[in-house]
Amino acid sequence: MRDITLGQYVAGNSVIHKLDPRTKIAMMILYIAMTFLVKDIWFLAIPFVYLVIELVLSGISLKYILNSLKPIRFLLILMFLLNLFFTKGENVWLDLGFWKLTDEAVLQSFFLSIRIVLLVAGASMLTLTTSPIALTDGLEKLLTPLKIFHFPAHELAMMMTIALRFVPTLMDESEKIRNAQMSRGADFESGNIFKRVKSMIPILIPLFVSSFRKADDLAIAMESRCYHGGDGRTRMHQLKFRKEDLFAILITLLFVAALIVILVLF
Amino acid sequence: MSIVINHLTFAYTQGGKPLAPTLKGLTFTIEEGSFLGIIGHTGSGKSTFVKHLNGLLSCEKGTVIVDGHDLSQKSERRTVRSLVGMVFQYPEYQLFAETVYEDVAFGPRNMKLDEAEIKTRVTNAMTMVGLDPERFSTRSPFELSGGERRRAAIAGVLAMQPKYLVLDEPMAGLDPLGRKEILSLLEKLRSESGCTIIMISHSMDDIANHATKVLVLEQGSVFLYDTPQIVFSNAEELQRIGLSVPSITKICIEMNRRGVAIPTSICTEDAFLHWFREGKAHA
Repeated sequence: MRDITLGQYVAGNSVIHKLDPRTKIAMMILYIAMTFLVKDIWFLAIPFVYLVIELVLSGISLKYILNSLKPIRFLLILMFLLNLFFTKGENVWLDLGFWKLTDEAVLQSFFLSIRIVLLVAGASMLTLTTSPIALTDGLEKLLTPLKIFHFPAHELAMMMTIALRFVPTLMDESEKIRNAQMSRGADFESGNIFKRVKSMIPILIPLFVSSFRKADDLAIAMESRCYHGGDGRTRMHQLKFRKEDLFAILITLLFVAALIVILVLF
Repeated sequence: MSIVINHLTFAYTQGGKPLAPTLKGLTFTIEEGSFLGIIGHTGSGKSTFVKHLNGLLSCEKGTVIVDGHDLSQKSERRTVRSLVGMVFQYPEYQLFAETVYEDVAFGPRNMKLDEAEIKTRVTNAMTMVGLDPERFSTRSPFELSGGERRRAAIAGVLAMQPKYLVLDEPMAGLDPLGRKEILSLLEKLRSESGCTIIMISHSMDDIANHATKVLVLEQGSVFLYDTPQIVFSNAEELQRIGLSVPSITKICIEMNRRGVAIPTSICTEDAFLHWFREGKAHA
């Protein structure tokens, strides 16, 4: 349990790392739009090329991207097989009587699988190159216009920051409580699923209690330092939209435009 | 019987790779019935060491043998956990049950004792720590005061009737009265049930007053392991590794510097007063 790392940020100094988080969020949204616009497997090459360029520029090793795909491997296999079995088509490759393997099914299976891989890989590019704190900062700035509709952009970002900050603390705490209960003879490893779930109670209750206590302490500490929400608050790290950001957005828009042109023409 | 520690070496791992070792070949024996005080600078390996005494951490090299049970055998760990009671820092944070009674009974229940035996043990343990069973049994542990909560948590460990009781800074954050209560409870346990006490503490005074043996850890190795008198007569070495000596010893050292021939191995008030009355050191 100790080795879990949340967020997968890989510190770096590349062009991509240095981009404003807002730029990177916008880039990712445009990239996702691109992959969804494509209706034909061959045109997925365009978002793919975009992803490869981003990957090379960021200097992130391919290993991290493959790691981010690990959790969805079963979903991928399942989706591939379902499409292979249930897509109807005319160009039959193989006829087993109860099921026909068709040209369309194979293409559809590959198309959907590759699209998911591209989506997840693209989203990981954002979290791999942007620290969680920068990400929440960027999100806060992007959501600020929604304040006219009383959307609590600052509060939301603050909550995310605090939640991220407390993950390691709570991991530590749960490890301590686990040790204490194990010393009192608690057994977390044997028995059926119901017994195991029940054996978690002596860990979960103290953990809840301590989270509430910590939240309380933190609230008091924040108020003691005159925290009163986002109004009039200045920041130490100002987000700056630079030349590189403009350039990155332009290139992304160029890709989107190219894709739309191709889609219209073919 | 005793706890025999032989070449205990341990390193934490991070991301599958071992870090620099926290414990480097500890070898010594904790005799039954003793009161062992463990002192050491932050990060010297004190807490890591005590986690080996009931198999919460297991060493790759070296052995820990508690009353003949070798802790490198996984099957022995459950037995040892009922022999070695463990009170961690801020033990009140481990309270979870609806009533104090149920919480104290958690350990004995896990030992699969029968209800009558559990009841006697819980009542005894609560009386021992000074929580009247009649008044406190049915109360929620979360409505107790800080000191009461800590004592309830300690009762939860005592109810298992361990032969060895390990405490990691049991007095941290308590007021002077609370500290005194815990220390006299430990003394009572040792004299009445012959329980061996192993206590980590940053208070040199408490260690000097209660311990029969002192273990000084420095960067994962045994720096000194002897009686408090001998350990605390090494004031300069202790200061060098960021520790200090009991306040009474400091006074003796200063008196010596000013020409009074008082032994600097004096580390308790009793010994100090005795020297004045008798004109000689109380060994």
